Amino acid sequence: MDFLIFKAPMLMVQASLDGILLGILFALIAYGMALQWGVMNIINIAQGDLVILGGYIAYTMYLAGIHPAWGVIVSPIIMYFVGWALYKLVINKVVDRDLFISILATFGIAIVFQQLMNFIFGADVVVAQSEYGTTMLFDNSVTLPNSKIFSAFISVLYAIGLVIYMKKSRLGRAIRATAQNARAAKILGVDTEKVYAATFGINAALCGIAGALISITLTLHPYVGLPYTVRSFMIVIVAGLGNLPAVAVSGMGLGLFEEFADYILGTEFRIGAVFMLLVFILVYRRFKLSKKREYLK
Amino acid sequence: MNKIAKLFVTFISAITLALVSFTSSSFAKVEGEYIVLGSAISLTGKYSSNGVHTQNGYNMAVDRINKMGGVEVQGKKYKFEIIYYDDESNPKRAAQLAERLIKQDGVHYMLGPYSSGLTKAIAPVTEKYKIPMVEANGASRSLFTKGYKYLFAVLSPANQYLEVAIDLAVEKNGGKGVRIAQAFEQDAFSQDVRLGILDAAKRTGSEIIIDDKLPKELNDMAATLAKVKATKPDVLVVSGHTKGALTAIRQISEMKVDVPMLAMTHCDAAKLSKQHGKKSEYALCASQWHKNLSYKDKFFGGGKKYARDFQKEFGYDPPYQSAESSAALLVFKDAFERANSFDRDAVRDALVDTEMQTFYGNIKFGPGGQNIAKPMILFQVRCKGDDCENRVVAPTKWASDKFYHPIPKWSERS
Repeated sequence: MDFLIFKAPMLMVQASLDGILLGILFALIAYGMALQWGVMNIINIAQGDLVILGGYIAYTMYLAGIHPAWGVIVSPIIMYFVGWALYKLVINKVVDRDLFISILATFGIAIVFQQLMNFIFGADVVVAQSEYGTTMLFDNSVTLPNSKIFSAFISVLYAIGLVIYMKKSRLGRAIRATAQNARAAKILGVDTEKVYAATFGINAALCGIAGALISITLTLHPYVGLPYTVRSFMIVIVAGLGNLPAVAVSGMGLGLFEEFADYILGTEFRIGAVFMLLVFILVYRRFKLSKKREYLK
Repeated sequence: MNKIAKLFVTFISAITLALVSFTSSSFAKVEGEYIVLGSAISLTGKYSSNGVHTQNGYNMAVDRINKMGGVEVQGKKYKFEIIYYDDESNPKRAAQLAERLIKQDGVHYMLGPYSSGLTKAIAPVTEKYKIPMVEANGASRSLFTKGYKYLFAVLSPANQYLEVAIDLAVEKNGGKGVRIAQAFEQDAFSQDVRLGILDAAKRTGSEIIIDDKLPKELNDMAATLAKVKATKPDVLVVSGHTKGALTAIRQISEMKVDVPMLAMTHCDAAKLSKQHGKKSEYALCASQWHKNLSYKDKFFGGGKKYARDFQKEFGYDPPYQSAESSAALLVFKDAFERANSFDRDAVRDALVDTEMQTFYGNIKFGPGGQNIAKPMILFQVRCKGDDCENRVVAPTKWASDKFYHPIPKWSERS
C-alpha cells in the first residue's frame, strides 16, 4: 500500500486524466464487443488480437513513411473486410450454437491470429512515432501526451458517428432489429446473414481504429491482445449490452480504477485488481438478481 | 490375414524396433566425423526473434570452426553438427524436446535455448542424464545456485547487469549514497537484476524510494513515472525485456520525466536507438558484449571483425545474444580438445577447468557454472543529429566514451 497519491494533489489529477483518456480507448473496443455480443450472442475472445492486428496495419504504414495517425482511417477499412471474411469462414458456423462453442471458436481464431502476426511482423515489440508532443498543465507537474488526447478524441468521434449510423441508416436499423429478435427480423424481411456479417465487420473495424491508436500511444506485440479482450469483456459486463453511454462511462470508470489501483496497491496488482473487480461485480449482480427472482444469463 | 502372415508382421516389427533402438544409441554423441550437439530453440512464439539471433550465433560458429579444421580429438579431426528443435518459446515443450534429443536422438552434449525461463526448464533434464550443457542465454541467478554440475554459462549472471550503474551513480554523487527508483517486470530474469540493485544499494548506502513490479501484460507505466516525477530520484532503473525498455522511453519522453540517470536492460534487443531515435539519448544500458571491446581469439579475430562477418552472413548487426551463442561453441571445442575424449564426464571436467579468451570475452566458470571472468559493460545511447549509437562508457578499461551525467532536462533538449 502506498498513499503517496493522497499527499500530492497533482498526482491525483495526473492519475485521473490518464485513467479517463485510457478508459475512452477501452470503451471503443468494448463497444464493438457489446455490439456483436448483443446482436449475435457471441463472446469474441479474439477481440484483443483484432485490435493488435489493426495496430500492425498502422505500424506498417508508419514503416512505409506514412504518418501512423492515418491508420485510424485505413485500418478500420481493412479490418472491416477481415471481420467480414472471418464471419464467412468461421463465425457463421457457430453463430446460432450455444455460447460455449463460439468461445472455443474465437479462442482458436485468437491463437491463429497471434501466430500469423508473429510470423508476418516478427516477435519484436514495436512502436510507431506520432511526434505529437506533450501538453503540460500546472507548471509541468501534470503532463499529458498529445497522442493520448488525440486517441481519446478520435474514439469519441467514431463512437458518436456509430451511434448516429445505428439510429439513422437502414443497416443500423436492421442490426438493432436483429439484436432484439432475430427470428422476427428475419420474418419481416431482414437478411440476418448479411446483418451478422456487417456487425462482425463493424466490430473488427472498431478494433482496427483502437489498434491504430494503440500503436501511437502504447506498444505492439503479437501476444498482448488478451488484456484488451479481458478489459472489454469487463466493461460490457458492467455496462450491459447495447447501451453506449453506459459503455463509455464504464470504460472511463475502469480506466480510473486501474490507474488508482496502480498508485495505491502497486503496479504489480494493476491487472489483478481488474480481475478482482470483475469477480466482485459478477457476485454483486448475481446477488441483486437473486432478490428479483431472475437469472443472470 | 492368415496365421503365417500375422507371425511375419510381428517378426518384422520386432526387428525394426530392435534396429531403431540400437541405431539410436549407436549414433549417439559422435557420428562418423561429426560431433552432434543438440539444442531446443525458440524459432516461433514470443522469443522467436532472439531465438533466431541465438541460432545464427551457433551456426556462424559451427561453420567457422568446421572450416578452420574442426575439433581434434585423439589425433582425429571432427566437425560440429547441431540438431535443432523448435520449442515454440514454451518451457514445457523445451523440456520435452531436451528429453527427446537425449533419449531418441542420443545427443550427449547440449547447447542452451534462449532465455532464462527455458534454460531453467531444460537444466533439470540435462542434469538428470548427466549431459554437459553450455548455454549462452540464461542469465538468471537461480540457475547457478541449484548446484547443477553439468550446466555452464558463458554469460554473466543477471544480478550483475546493473550493479555497475549504481556504482557509477554513487561515484558521480561524490561517493555518497543515491536515491533509487526502480521498476522491474515480474519474471525470473528481471527480478534477479533487481536483487543485484538491492545488493548494490546496501553496499553503497543508497536508498530505494520506489520499487515497482511490472506485470507481464503491462504496456503502460505512467503511474510509476508520475511517482518518479513527484519524488525526484537520482537514478531510475527499469528492466522488463524489450517491452519494458520501449514503454519506458516512450512514456518518459512523453511525460517529460527528468531524471539525472536512467539505467535499463535490453536496449539493443529492443533496437532502442532505432525505434525511438533521439528520445532514447543518454539511456544507460547493460550489455553482455559490445563489438568495440578488444577481446580476441583465432577463430573470429576481434569483436569488430565478428560483427562484420556476421553482417555479411545474416544481413544485420549482431546483438550480444548472437555473440555469446557463438562463444558457447568455442568453449565446447576447447573442452573437447583438452579432454581429448568423448567421455561425457571427461568433457564435463574439462569444461570446469575452462580458462580462455574469446572474441566475446574471457571465460572461466565459477562453482555454480556461471562465467566469472567477464564483467558486464554499460553503454550509453548518444546521438549526432538523428543518428543514434550505443557507446561503451563503463567499465573504464573498455570505455570508448565518457559517461554523460546528468541527463539534461527535457526543456533543454532539442
